[in-house]
Amino acid sequence: MSASAAGIRRKEKIIQRIFLVVAFSSLFSLFLIALFIFVEGLPMIWKVGLKDFLLSTQWSPTRGHYGIFAMIVSSFWVTLGSLLFGGPLGLMCSIFLVEFASSRLRAIIKPALELLAGIPSVVYGFLGVVYLVPLVRDYLGGPGLSLLTSCIILGIMILPTVISISVDALVAVPNSYREAAFSLGGTRWQTTYMVTVHAAKSGIITALVLGMGRAVGETMAVIMIAGNALKIPTSPLDPIRTLTSNIALEMGYASGMHRQALFATGIVLFFFVMALNTIATLFARRKVLK
Amino acid sequence: MSPRHAEQVALGLMVSGAFLALSILFFIIAVIMIKGLPHVTLRFLLDNPMDMGRAGGIFSTIVSTIYLLIVSLAFAIPLGVGTAIYLTEYTVEGKVTKVIRFGTECLAGVPSIILGLFGFILFVIKLGFGWSVLSGGISLAIMILPVIIRTSEEAIKAVPQAYRDVNEVLGGSKWQGVTRLVLPNAAPGILTGVILSIGRGIGETAVVIFTLGTSLRTPFSIFDSGRSMAVHFYILAQEGISMSNAYATAAVLVFSILFINIFSYYLMHRFVKGRT
Repeated sequence: MSASAAGIRRKEKIIQRIFLVVAFSSLFSLFLIALFIFVEGLPMIWKVGLKDFLLSTQWSPTRGHYGIFAMIVSSFWVTLGSLLFGGPLGLMCSIFLVEFASSRLRAIIKPALELLAGIPSVVYGFLGVVYLVPLVRDYLGGPGLSLLTSCIILGIMILPTVISISVDALVAVPNSYREAAFSLGGTRWQTTYMVTVHAAKSGIITALVLGMGRAVGETMAVIMIAGNALKIPTSPLDPIRTLTSNIALEMGYASGMHRQALFATGIVLFFFVMALNTIATLFARRKVLK
Repeated sequence: MSPRHAEQVALGLMVSGAFLALSILFFIIAVIMIKGLPHVTLRFLLDNPMDMGRAGGIFSTIVSTIYLLIVSLAFAIPLGVGTAIYLTEYTVEGKVTKVIRFGTECLAGVPSIILGLFGFILFVIKLGFGWSVLSGGISLAIMILPVIIRTSEEAIKAVPQAYRDVNEVLGGSKWQGVTRLVLPNAAPGILTGVILSIGRGIGETAVVIFTLGTSLRTPFSIFDSGRSMAVHFYILAQEGISMSNAYATAAVLVFSILFINIFSYYLMHRFVKGRT
């Protein structure tokens, strides 16, 4: 009896060990991803020099020029621009859903909006090319494939991220806050913007930052609608090439130093995304209440 | 502006925001369906692409997509559910769980193009799998792992503590409790997460194009290359090969994703209802 009990205990120990190992799979994957991207990309950055790599606008791998400054600037603008479109729209949707919509209406609209996340990015890109690009070209000028077009499409693509996290943040605000504001004579809107949104601030910022993370990492849609020109945009109607599209466009045929340069571009992108994720985590940790 | 006035303006603004977002969704679905569905025939689904996709159907891309998803789930489900079991059943909240959770969050934030680069260099080149269902499957598994971990964890947490207590009182081991009580009861919730990640996998392009490749042949072996529906659609549209086939492929894609999402929503609903 005691022998078998010891056997069971040993078996349990082994099982627990196995689960512990399995549980580190995501962390291990993350480590491997970082390792391989860095190992492939870093030697090239040493060779070219960090300054020439990051701050030169000359990108012509055939002639040995590997400057990604134009793409960094483009990625920066496109991320900010998509936040400009997706942020307010996403917040309006979230506030409507939590503060104004009846629970029955919410039960229909929220899953519908979550469907936006399911639409493949290539479909967004395609519809952007077919419908939005001609509109921008005809009414605003330029080639249509542009920074502005990318910002609008990406703004739509980050909506589900922004909405789902900010809705959670708004829902987490205790009802007593709202009741207190109502009892002081506040209207629903006054309560919303003076009390609820204020209390949910850190969650809302998390939502926006994670939305930016989505936007900076998006690839396929951007390739299709951004025009991919290699220069620093001077107007929203200029075509741009982001860090992500640079990788995806040239990966198919790159080799040697050129391929390493694309991995080095990946390192820069990795830093961008990790910085945004860390900011989001920091804000998410600050609790709803103050 | 009086408070009541402001209230009306604000409400109008919020409603129009929600309305705009919903109309974008409906516009996307409507356009793809209206332009694509008329071209989707049984022959389109069951014929192989011909002439780079200019003619013929999408049969081989459907096979590639399903094959790819099966392989990636074969990796992601054991790892994801295992992680969730460890986090909920085999440990207490502390440093280790914090680190694992942070890693999962970060992994979820890794852009798909980076995953594509990684899968390409490790699986396709270094390990010599080539462009293949195996390379694509593992890379995609890494992408959906965070989704499966998160949903499984929630499903397992939703299993009442009393089940575990009863198991312990009756002298059951932890392993018995997990396999006979916790997992069966959490299964519908876990399934929802799996279905959701299938939806994400179907539409993924950046990871798949660099790891599965773009071969139009039907893959048989796990080391064969293939072309998923999403990649096929991207190539058709981007290279202007055939608009009607692009729309038709998009219609099949969007239709399956809608179906999968609605199905998983329905499952989740039933799951939650069964609990209360």
